[in-house]
Amino acid sequence: MTEEETTESTSSGPSRRAMIGTGAVASAIGIAGGFTAGRATAAEPTKGAPPSPFALRGAHQPGITTPVQDRLHFAAFDVTTTSRARLISLLKEWTLAAERLMDGGPAGPIGPVEGDYRLPPDDTGEAIGLPPSRLTLTFGFGPGLFVDDEGKDRFGLAGRRPEVLTDLPHFPGDQLDQARSRGDLCVQACADDPQVAVHAIRNLARIGFGTVSVRWSQLGFGRTSSTTAGQATPRNLFGFKDGTKNVLAEEAKALDEHVWVQPDDRGGDWLAGGSYLAVRRINMVIETWDRQGLGEQESLIGRTKDSGAPLSGGQEHDDPDFAMPGKDGPIVPKDSHVAVVHPDHNDGVRILRRGYNFVDGSTDLGTLDAGLFFLAYVRDPATQFVPMQNSMAKNDAMMEYLKFTGSALFAMPPGPAEGEYIGQPLFG
Amino acid sequence: MNLRHLATGASLALLLPGLAACTSNSPTTGADGSDGKVTVTSSDDACEISSTEVPAGPVTFEVTNSGSKVTEFYLLGEDGLRIVGEVENIGPQLSRDLVVNVPAGTYSTACKPGMKGEGIRAGFTVTTSDTPVDAGDQANVEQAQTNYATYVKDQSDQLLTKTTEFVRLYEAGKDDEARDLYAKARVHWERIETVAESFGDLDPKMDAREADLEPGQKWTGWHRIEKDLWPQDAKDYTALTDAQRKTYGQDLLKNTTTLDSRIQKMTFTIDQIANGSRGLLEEVAKGKVTGEEEAWSHTDLWDFQANVDGAKVGYDGVRPVLVANGDKDLAKQLDTRFAELQKLLDQHKKGDGFVSYTDLTKAEVKDLSDAVNALSEPLSKLTAAVV
Repeated sequence: MTEEETTESTSSGPSRRAMIGTGAVASAIGIAGGFTAGRATAAEPTKGAPPSPFALRGAHQPGITTPVQDRLHFAAFDVTTTSRARLISLLKEWTLAAERLMDGGPAGPIGPVEGDYRLPPDDTGEAIGLPPSRLTLTFGFGPGLFVDDEGKDRFGLAGRRPEVLTDLPHFPGDQLDQARSRGDLCVQACADDPQVAVHAIRNLARIGFGTVSVRWSQLGFGRTSSTTAGQATPRNLFGFKDGTKNVLAEEAKALDEHVWVQPDDRGGDWLAGGSYLAVRRINMVIETWDRQGLGEQESLIGRTKDSGAPLSGGQEHDDPDFAMPGKDGPIVPKDSHVAVVHPDHNDGVRILRRGYNFVDGSTDLGTLDAGLFFLAYVRDPATQFVPMQNSMAKNDAMMEYLKFTGSALFAMPPGPAEGEYIGQPLFG
Repeated sequence: MNLRHLATGASLALLLPGLAACTSNSPTTGADGSDGKVTVTSSDDACEISSTEVPAGPVTFEVTNSGSKVTEFYLLGEDGLRIVGEVENIGPQLSRDLVVNVPAGTYSTACKPGMKGEGIRAGFTVTTSDTPVDAGDQANVEQAQTNYATYVKDQSDQLLTKTTEFVRLYEAGKDDEARDLYAKARVHWERIETVAESFGDLDPKMDAREADLEPGQKWTGWHRIEKDLWPQDAKDYTALTDAQRKTYGQDLLKNTTTLDSRIQKMTFTIDQIANGSRGLLEEVAKGKVTGEEEAWSHTDLWDFQANVDGAKVGYDGVRPVLVANGDKDLAKQLDTRFAELQKLLDQHKKGDGFVSYTDLTKAEVKDLSDAVNALSEPLSKLTAAVV
């Protein structure tokens, strides 16, 4: 049995509308009457609903090792207030809203159509009738929350910033758009339905007006990795399976070693049980890629396009044999993507990838503005992500088809304990 | 903000509970009225009320239309004429709540299926209770209404005076002086913009931007003259002749005079004032912070400030009511956010006015936009909190 099976069965449970109404009877009447029925009991948004598949509270935040959903809306925020109290108050509000949203309820305590007729509703309503869709909300803190660009302590947190929580260095191949990079706070919303993910970000942004403002946001429409053994590895926009060697939820020891910050790590006093999230918006030069022969494409990746097996043979999940000779050098080329980023060539370092494909329409020249919105969770970005990215920039033949247009790093705190707000140990 | 909000703001608390209910006669807790909840079922020929007696204090009438015609529900004073509270436009099979805060006394209720006639009436009694009904609010409300009307009339008066002078300068070809007065005159329009533009016949003639025009619509008003005074960004622009200047100038003056005479007769209810305050911030978000309003003169920040001025006056006027209603937190939040927005605007002051919109950096525009959003969210809750 996998966690995924459980969650898939619950995701087809009662709709949001039924949950915020009075349950089965009300929704049955609603269908019969041709309009939605049920007087809301706002204080009990989930009355009659099964428990949410994922919990916001606990040792770890959801949305990291939990099974990857198909859709993403990721938002980075600038904190606009100078008041620590206002910042904390927002985190408290976000915590409550996130719990309600993940349970399939409304963003606010009242609901989209239950409130005062003259007041703007405290939920925007586009998720009425939609199932919880396995929504996860995952929150993080960027370097800018601790110190500003001049190094000034913004909220009395400077002393608690782990040294590794700093802007990612410039990598070869970076053509970063500052308007798509960095951020003081981030929220990763993943769900099986894009409308549910967008609804969550939209409502959290609304709650944040006056305290934070959206710096950038990114929609992703297809997962490009698996985080549990039951999930098939999906394909990226090059048409290949990638991230096959991901750290999976079942590998408890590997998670502690490669993903979760440990109590003795820097910042472990507040970040233990959390992780770092490296974010890279990677544009793919799609049209040029498509003109490469199948053999060329496979040797750039180091895997077959069909099954995803390494070019050294076997099945997708078999380890590549980097020593196996081919006609001109190793059969898995040294500069192939899989060879460059494989743990064997990165001091055994592994990462938890959770990226999404994106297409933001087309460019002025009619080419797709598309690629991979790369999300990787690591225990230490300085030893896990930065060297791997540098190695990729230097050696990976695939780089010719990539442009890095956005970049950010966030510390993702552990899940809040009962009665706590997100990141509370940092402010304690 | 839609103009209808200003014109037909509901005068009392009106709630929409879920899009409830075919289950029109579903038993509601306390439907005997003891907890201030009364269910009303209005059919095409009957008005069933769950209780005809409630204790003084807040009363919620949960009105369900079980008939086939649009209905209304009224709570009337002892004389059967004075409207204590009303809820209109309840469509068939829909429910609306009417919340009123009533002192002890004798009243009557009326359902009005089809929205015509006397309605189906019945007696209604409010008994004395421990919940005091604050009579002090009324004084605050009246004060706010009087003050706001005075403000609007004064601004309209100044608008007419300055427009008269502006048109004179423009027609006389004194372009520098006219340009100098342009934004200064428009400030008075922008301070009361939600009122000024509520006249659907005048607004398109006075304040239309070139981009707003429908095919075949003649472009007149402030922005037509603006383009003639600041033609440098316009492609292949032909300056207006003296005769054309006179035509456009006199047209603007005539419409401003008509506007002023209408405004001098206006009164405002408390919800209109609060809605107007919110509406002015929406004007800022829509046209000023984006630099679209003054496409040729780039005096958008003048308009921005004027919208904020008007919103602040409206808010300050209703603030005592807000506080008396017990919503000090909202008042505190609005005070802070008005101040924060003003502080940002002050950074762009130059002389007796503001720098050109084109002098703002992208980051400065984003900061202003953030501050407008920050204020607009709590401001959207003001109306419900003061009525």
